[in-house]
Amino acid sequence: MSEPMQRVALKVNGEHHVVTVPTRKHLADILREDLGFTGVHVGCEHGVCGACTIRIDGAIARGCLILGGQSEGAEIETIEYLSSQPGTRDLVEAFVSENALQCGFCTPGMVISAAALLAETADPTREEVRAYLSGNYCRCTGYQAIVDAVMKTAAGRRAEKGEVA
Amino acid sequence: MSKQILRDPIGKSVPRERARRFVTGRGRYTDDTAALRGLHAAFVRSPVARGDILEIDCQAARDMDGVVAVLTHAEIAGLYQPWRAGNTLLPEMKAPEQHALPPARVNYVGEPVAMVVATSRALAEDAAEQVFADIDPLDAVADIETALAPDAPLIHEDCGSNLCVILTSGNGDYGTPFKDADLVIEDTVDFGRHTACPLETRSMLAEYDPSSEVLTLRISHQCPHQLQAELAKILGLGQHRLRVISEDVGGAYGLKQQLYQEDVLVCLAAIQTGRPVRFVADRLESFASDNHAREHRVSARIAVTKDGRITGFELDDLFPIGAYPQYPRTSLGEGNHVLRMSAAGYDIADFRSRLRLLFQNKALIGHYRSVGHPVACAITEHMVDRAAAALGLAPETIRLRNFLSDDSYPRKTPTGVHLHYLSQHACLDRLLADMDITALRSEQAELRKQGIYRGIGIASFVELTGTGNGFYGPGGIDVSGQDGCTLKMEPSGHVRCMPSVTDQGQGTDTGIAQIVASVLGVEVADIRVLSGDSEITPHGGGAWASRGISTGGEAAWQAAQTLREQLLMVAGHLHQRDPETLDLSKGHVVDAAGAQISTTAEVAHICYFRHDLLPDDMPTELMVTRHSVPRVQLFQATNGIQAAYVEVDTDTGFTRLLGHWVAHDGGTLINPKLVEEQIRGGVVQGLGAALLEEIRYDEDGQLLTATMADYLVPMASDVPDIQVSHVTSGTAEGVLGAKGVGEAGVAGASGAVLNAVNDALGPLGATVRRLPIAPRTVLAALGGAAPLTAAKTSGSGR
Repeated sequence: MSEPMQRVALKVNGEHHVVTVPTRKHLADILREDLGFTGVHVGCEHGVCGACTIRIDGAIARGCLILGGQSEGAEIETIEYLSSQPGTRDLVEAFVSENALQCGFCTPGMVISAAALLAETADPTREEVRAYLSGNYCRCTGYQAIVDAVMKTAAGRRAEKGEVA
Repeated sequence: MSKQILRDPIGKSVPRERARRFVTGRGRYTDDTAALRGLHAAFVRSPVARGDILEIDCQAARDMDGVVAVLTHAEIAGLYQPWRAGNTLLPEMKAPEQHALPPARVNYVGEPVAMVVATSRALAEDAAEQVFADIDPLDAVADIETALAPDAPLIHEDCGSNLCVILTSGNGDYGTPFKDADLVIEDTVDFGRHTACPLETRSMLAEYDPSSEVLTLRISHQCPHQLQAELAKILGLGQHRLRVISEDVGGAYGLKQQLYQEDVLVCLAAIQTGRPVRFVADRLESFASDNHAREHRVSARIAVTKDGRITGFELDDLFPIGAYPQYPRTSLGEGNHVLRMSAAGYDIADFRSRLRLLFQNKALIGHYRSVGHPVACAITEHMVDRAAAALGLAPETIRLRNFLSDDSYPRKTPTGVHLHYLSQHACLDRLLADMDITALRSEQAELRKQGIYRGIGIASFVELTGTGNGFYGPGGIDVSGQDGCTLKMEPSGHVRCMPSVTDQGQGTDTGIAQIVASVLGVEVADIRVLSGDSEITPHGGGAWASRGISTGGEAAWQAAQTLREQLLMVAGHLHQRDPETLDLSKGHVVDAAGAQISTTAEVAHICYFRHDLLPDDMPTELMVTRHSVPRVQLFQATNGIQAAYVEVDTDTGFTRLLGHWVAHDGGTLINPKLVEEQIRGGVVQGLGAALLEEIRYDEDGQLLTATMADYLVPMASDVPDIQVSHVTSGTAEGVLGAKGVGEAGVAGASGAVLNAVNDALGPLGATVRRLPIAPRTVLAALGGAAPLTAAKTSGSGR
């Protein structure tokens, strides 16, 4: 019995890739094992923990719940790329300065979720941040520093725009 | 050289170097390492809790494409040494032999019975499904009552009983009447089984080079040197031919501290195949085969006088540890800490306790952050609150009357724990001020009139941190109580720092760099810390018992002092000054007035390249190793106190956390921000234990909580902001005066919530005696729902 394979063309972090992978292989594993984007972390593989959160065609999604074939032609962004973008760099700096991570395993997913929240809501409350990030499991921080980092980023962006922080 | 005062950047909240790597997705966790020609392991695991292996037929699996090896006990017997988790200080303890794969009988659901190695994980899993394991099921021992029953099936027949060991402690015989009491209250609290649930599951990659006979194991682990020593013993390899690397670890909390069957099997497979072999547990495997923790049934009695003096305390802890004691540390630590740390902060004349470790057909119970302390804290503080309620005293009043006085140290507790210095009164004062208890109580009273039930719970704890050799070494267990640090100054003046303690996100690397920077007068950015590699770093304990800074930091301090003296000696000769008058500051050698004489880099450069400028007999090594081990006392005992404010919905049984406060004594804080985040993270783990987390088995020992949809962990929206305050008192050991902070958050959180919920339910005459406090537990206490029976919840129902 040979493993059924599938050819998948996708764009990751601005680069075009074509991979031939088992049809049952999920996108998070393709990104990690076939393309080397190990910033995509796999924590639970059933969509609960959020560690594999990536951006597909601009929207956040869980890499462990998507098969390779479903991502044919998609534009995917992972933490390696997003963390270097001007629009996310302030969030990255806030995570560092607020110590909004400890072991760091949840952090790529957490940053990508937080970036999506800030794209939707410029002035969130702490409760809104907690609600939005409630699909991303962190065992280390107790979440408070993460909330602090998101609030700091939001305030910084509003101040930049001349709004009162 | 005179003792330096602690100076910048000690005490500064500098950010962590690893933080930037992690946020940008550049972490190097075990499974991030690629391996050419690498193989993947999958395990055939027992579907029954107890049964006899009749046959394991692997032929169909062996015939499959991509399968390189299928191993059962028959294939590996004789290639490794089975192990026994015992402690020679307790010769009566039953320590059954444990094999990498069981020869005849399985003892818990999820126990590996065969291993498949194939070219991909998916193919290995396919092949594992084709292994036919014929196991004849036997009656399982899945709860406390069954384990204790006189006619119970024997899990280990050669042990003669399901009782692993009985320990007693205190200054009297267990069960004797209290000497002096107006009132004696008895109660029992059940603690559910939970698990550390790190986000990165256990993962490993073993590579064996037959030409040099060197085995390299990358593994997500807290104690690389301990594992190196154990695996060398089990596999029959020289310790110098075994390298254990734990670079970035995605959460550990005690779960990744011991030895697992898979660790041995993956190494054996790498040796047999000569190819890299990888195993990454999936989440289901984690729930089934990771260490669990904390299942206890603790009965306690507290004796008080009419004026609120606690005169006696007695407890009886039934602690089912699963199928085997965990190797190599055993499962004793958890129960032993319950025995010794319960009521440790109270001035109680009459104290005695008993602990019984029981075998069960369930996964093993090992260590989880704050080993034993949360149970000790919760049972003590529950009983103290019950006594206060019976006497009509406020919770803080009875504590003030009975806490050991802050000026009464050093002293020993009735269970023999040496306390060098605690600050319980100072911590309580701070806590009450932070939470504004008067305002909180009036809000609570107002809302009660509207049928809203809020509760305030206080829980105080004493904790053991930075433990030395005393328990493991004399017990014949090769767990290092000492930690070391190697410093190498490069010719450029930059420093490589190699501590034996490991960093799983605590920020230990950065704390140690701060200590070294302070002594050597360099920037933290001038220091590169390399930890988690048994081949590079000095042998030491790694991450356990909150020792990173209290023990590892002390070693770094000593190493840096020695390097500093060396540099100043050379500088003194070069500049014709007395080295005693010189110091290192801001990358320079400075004189007593602070004037810069030369750069430190120039001195380092001369040490390496210009011996012609120095006397022949002047030593010029700029590489130093120093070790530290607690000697004056076995550990740095410290203390803290927490408070929770909750609202209980009496219709649904849901408990909502509204506020949480911590006052803690961490001694010298090297990096306050890292300390606070350590404590907050721990608190949330304790809140999970209090309200959400439970590993459940049915009466046949079947695992019922096998996914993260069944096993609930706190998410961001489940917890409030947590106020952390610091109280600083002295220590007996070392220069730094830093005490451990890693366990404190977990230690007090669940006790505070238990007391808060019972405070909320007080007016309704209901009491909760079971953790986690699930809605059905609250409803059962209120009389509105049938409680779960013991048979349905692994023997811990109420």
